[in-house]
Amino acid sequence: MTQRIPIVEKILSANDRLAIENRARFDAAGVFTLNVMASPGAGKTSLIEKTVSALKGSLRIGMINGDIATSLDADRAAAAGAAAVQINTGGDCHLDAVMLQAALPQLDLARLDLIIVENVGNLVCPAEFQLGTHKSVLVASIPEGDDKPYKYPGMYRGVDAVVINKIDLLPYVPFRREFFKNGIEVLNPGVTQFELSCRTGEGLPAWLAWLVAQVSSTRQNSVSGHLAS
Amino acid sequence: MHELAVTESILEIALRHASQQNARRITDLFIVMGAWSSTVDDSVQFYWEMISEGTLAQGAQLHFRRIPTRLECKSCGHSYQPDGRQLQCPNCQSLQVKVKTGEEFYLEAIEVETEPGDAKTNLQKSSQSL
Ligand SMILES: Nc1nc2c(ncn2[C@@H]2O[C@H](COP(=O)(O)OP(=O)(O)OP(=O)(O)O)[C@@H](O)[C@H]2O)c(=O)[nH]1
Ligand SMILES: [Mg+2]
Ligand SMILES: [Zn+2]
Repeated sequence: MTQRIPIVEKILSANDRLAIENRARFDAAGVFTLNVMASPGAGKTSLIEKTVSALKGSLRIGMINGDIATSLDADRAAAAGAAAVQINTGGDCHLDAVMLQAALPQLDLARLDLIIVENVGNLVCPAEFQLGTHKSVLVASIPEGDDKPYKYPGMYRGVDAVVINKIDLLPYVPFRREFFKNGIEVLNPGVTQFELSCRTGEGLPAWLAWLVAQVSSTRQNSVSGHLAS
Repeated sequence: MHELAVTESILEIALRHASQQNARRITDLFIVMGAWSSTVDDSVQFYWEMISEGTLAQGAQLHFRRIPTRLECKSCGHSYQPDGRQLQCPNCQSLQVKVKTGEEFYLEAIEVETEPGDAKTNLQKSSQSL
């Protein structure tokens, strides 16, 4: 006797449940967390270095780096002034909520204001795995080409902000800004965008202001949460 | 490649639901994948043979239903499949577009063999409710 059992359960639901646990820990500690995703070489670590250097005087910053094999990026973030933790994914193309959870004991969450997670350089998979961070940002860069939203729509769909890095290269590389932006607008209407160069520093202040505002609103929520409970 | 994690997840969900129904064996799994989900069904099939061995789901058939991406223009109502060079509405060029399908990624159903005894109780239940 065979029987059909209707299920309709999201295949990554176990990961999503762990992501919710991670978020609860961040909220309890009052720390704002950011998932930074991009293709290899777009400038994730460069953006993190610039951000840490600019904000370390006013914020306590942690960095978690997901890398297939090395700790080069975590070392760069540590040199810039962050408490940095390395996760070697051993060939996995993305971080997931389990890996992030396993790394958390290495950071003193309650003594941090901001944790930046650098995901594995990959424009396909990371978007499907929630980590539990408060916000996620996609770093695009001019030399990657203007067709990336069209080729990797999944990555542009869910993010809270898009950073367009390496604008110093605009004079040297063909890049149809409007074509690129139209793709983003369809996939993620009204998403916050920053055009900047980690090399020259142009455009960085707007990005930093956005990030600082996110951190303080998380802290306020956490304080009012503690008062209410 | 994250297909191993995905395949393990599929197995976990199927086994959980099958044991809730006291199934003896899982014979078929029905997986729905939107065109914008990045999983490769051949790789899932490959890992499936490995990890289902020795479980209730050993030898079960995987069925993949691929759902194409469909967008719908909020301005003129035109419904279309993007062609990779254009995402905006090909009819009125609007950027105000809704994603109707293409992002699905779930286990829709499984088919299981139940104990003959269980099947009878099920039949009795259903004839009672008639
Ligand atoms: N011209 C220019 N180069 C940049 C800019 N930002 C980063 N780069 C360069 O781009 C290269 C890659 O930068 P990373 O910050 O290591 O990129 P990533 O995304 O962290 O790379 P992976 O972690 O390996 O995926 C380096 O050579 C940087 O110096 C920029 O704004 N302009
Ligand atoms: Mg890096
Ligand atoms: Zn239209």
